[in-house]
Amino acid sequence: MIAHFVNTYVYYPGCSLTTTNRAYDISTRNVVGVLGIEMLDLEDWNCCGATAYMAIREKRSFVLSARNLALAEKAGRDLVTACAGCYLSLHKINKYMAEDPKIRGEIRRALNAGGMDYTGKVRVRHILDVLVNDLGEEGIKQHVVRPFAGLKVAPYYGCQITRPFGDIDDPEFPKIMDNLLRWIGADPIPFSMKTKCCGGMLMITQQEAGLELVGQILSQAKEEGADCISTACPLCQINLEAYQAKASRTIGKDCRIPVLYFTQLVGITLGLEPKDLALRDNLTPSEAVIAARSA
Amino acid sequence: MEAIDAQTLKQTFLHNIYSIPYGEKIKECLQCGTCSASCPTSGRMDYSPREIIAALRAGLLDRVLNSNTVWLCSSCYSCTVRCPAEIKFTDVMYELKRLGNKYGFTSRKSPTAKMARCFVKIIDRYGRTAEGELMARYYLSTNPIRALGQVGFGLRMLLKRRIPLLPHRIKGRNNLKKMISAVSQEVQKP
Repeated sequence: MIAHFVNTYVYYPGCSLTTTNRAYDISTRNVVGVLGIEMLDLEDWNCCGATAYMAIREKRSFVLSARNLALAEKAGRDLVTACAGCYLSLHKINKYMAEDPKIRGEIRRALNAGGMDYTGKVRVRHILDVLVNDLGEEGIKQHVVRPFAGLKVAPYYGCQITRPFGDIDDPEFPKIMDNLLRWIGADPIPFSMKTKCCGGMLMITQQEAGLELVGQILSQAKEEGADCISTACPLCQINLEAYQAKASRTIGKDCRIPVLYFTQLVGITLGLEPKDLALRDNLTPSEAVIAARSA
Repeated sequence: MEAIDAQTLKQTFLHNIYSIPYGEKIKECLQCGTCSASCPTSGRMDYSPREIIAALRAGLLDRVLNSNTVWLCSSCYSCTVRCPAEIKFTDVMYELKRLGNKYGFTSRKSPTAKMARCFVKIIDRYGRTAEGELMARYYLSTNPIRALGQVGFGLRMLLKRRIPLLPHRIKGRNNLKKMISAVSQEVQKP
């Protein structure tokens, strides 16, 4: 079978994927390898700034993101990331620099001070968008060796992939992950909480607020008949997998349900081994999900 | 933190909010309350998003910044995508977080604000985050006793090698420092 080389990319893992969310990084790399997408590592990337830096220093957080865009431009490739937070930070400053000459000038002068520059040539992509819109149904299906049979999945997009710009898909009712799940034989439920916020950093700093939001997402996925939840963001993944017992107590409903990155679900059907998807890193069990493949 | 008189402060707030990308859109608020209804945490806020804009217009923003409000924004952008006047309210909330931090309002003492300041220190030093040090700094700056409740979770993450023992320092960190020092003063005087 001929591998598709639709586009060439540099890959930006982001901080979380090198540490707390290694499984998302490992599964992304291995899935991309099987699907035949060429993806080089971005050399010496730095933190995108995330929501936390931005909340203290605006322009400096723009500079953090812009340095990564400058590195990608130097490599002559579009930038792809799997982290929803990094995707938004990088995409946002890329847009602002394109639209606003004042910001563009200021950020470019800052980059120049450190011996770099960015002229706006890079596109920022999320890996979900690349898989669904570049490879498409055929590009995925031809590699699926053991599709799921009847596995009901709650597609959970979180906030930062489609909002605020809505340029990958609808900001509140996206369907791209639903489509991908269908292509690998899963049965995506029409999940009412698919873009409701998990609380992000509030789970650490103001936990009662985080637990309430996470509890609603988890219990609703169960009530709507899901066997597992599929995520596309490292922070959503941790919030949904690590606090299920506490969330159950907080909202008085059963919140226990397996949570996997969408890349792990895809990888399982591509015939990748559990270690290639770092399934042991997950804090919820995935045996039942693996067992739901066709023979 | 800077000391500043009330009148100058009002002008400074307005000037800074208008200065963020698309900040002047806030003048077009019609007080419909879609933002408040869409916000997943507005029920916990002393002032809902709609009330914040009303307070801004009335020159009472200091009340908002002395309440629990701004750091309850989790940056989900629900308000932003639904606003009929196309106000990027999430970005306004970011500006309010920065103003409260800069001028020493009560909002500065929120645990989420403390976490964000710890995060900035780490990024400025290494160029990337360092989860272990971030959590250590955060619990030391808030409630070290609460860290004990996280020991089990922390160990589980360590055993799964999901928390690194040492931070990664980027090679270009000296040049990165020059870049971030080069941008203008964050909060601008009118």
